Amino acid sequence: MHSFGYRANAVLTFGVTMLALMCFLASLSDTFTVPTTSAEVKILNINWFQKQANGNDEVSLTLNVSADLSTLFTWNTKQVFVFVAAEYETPQNALNQVSLWDGIIPSKEHAKFWIHTTNKYRFVDQGSNLKGKDFNLTLHWHIMPKTGKMFADKIVMTGYRLPEEYR
Amino acid sequence: MDRIKFLGDVKIRPTLIQLLNLGMIICSALMIWKGLMCITGCESPVVVVLTGSMEPGFKRGDILFLHMNKEPIRAGEIVVYNVDGRDIPIVHRVIKAHERRDTGEIDILTKGDNNQVDDISLYSGGQLWLNSHHIIGRAIGYLPYVGYLTIIMTEMPIVKYLLIGVLALLVITSEE
Repeated sequence: MHSFGYRANAVLTFGVTMLALMCFLASLSDTFTVPTTSAEVKILNINWFQKQANGNDEVSLTLNVSADLSTLFTWNTKQVFVFVAAEYETPQNALNQVSLWDGIIPSKEHAKFWIHTTNKYRFVDQGSNLKGKDFNLTLHWHIMPKTGKMFADKIVMTGYRLPEEYR
Repeated sequence: MDRIKFLGDVKIRPTLIQLLNLGMIICSALMIWKGLMCITGCESPVVVVLTGSMEPGFKRGDILFLHMNKEPIRAGEIVVYNVDGRDIPIVHRVIKAHERRDTGEIDILTKGDNNQVDDISLYSGGQLWLNSHHIIGRAIGYLPYVGYLTIIMTEMPIVKYLLIGVLALLVITSEE
């Protein structure tokens, strides 16, 4: 009852249980934050807009993304993954989501940012439906915690439109 | 009291109780596992991250808790999928999703956060998109480091045998 084996077993079990409980509580504390975030995406230029050889439309854009996501960071936040997706519908597809740019925000100091970039990933449609297309640009963020549950949310910005003709 | 009983001295009742206890432990562990499978809707409700393709978010040895429901897969979600014909699940993020109106089927393209290119080269053959049936689950929770033991046991099987051997020895020779 008092051998080394029993004591080691008791200490280990208690230690692991406490660790698991702390991870759970840390994650629980995340649910109490009420974030206020803001974002704005401007399309500075449509660089080119063509139909590829395989029949799919492709467009290249230059974007200006500015956002303030600092209220998302808690003591249990490891990083925030943020990306901008173009969302639109076509006769064939009820929803299309194409990620144009993504980035990782490692800490609260970097959470208020401003970036000027061409689209990191190719904006290609399934088909040839993009002429004159209205679309939304949505800024999504995924909070990756130090332990526990991951949260995600987004800001939808509407009112963007692609040109009527290829260029 | 002698720790090792001789064959002639074996008492039937205590031995049976010991075996029953062992059976109870194994059964409860199985019940919890199967119960988790039902609640989360995934075949493997917990996976270990094997590669560094999602760093700095997920490192090798971290574990992910998965969940699966009928909600359609959307861009940004971290999904675990199996490529046709391969056994190892891959944990990456969805960067493109196209949902067809007629069938409701979704074409998905994934990419690891730490990779330069998307996963098209990982999909089997000339496959360009993943579909819902390839997806095992969505990652909803995360614990660091816990899975490293599993990686060690898979890559150095000697550790696995040693561990099982020691456990079996402890169970057989314990008096309670």
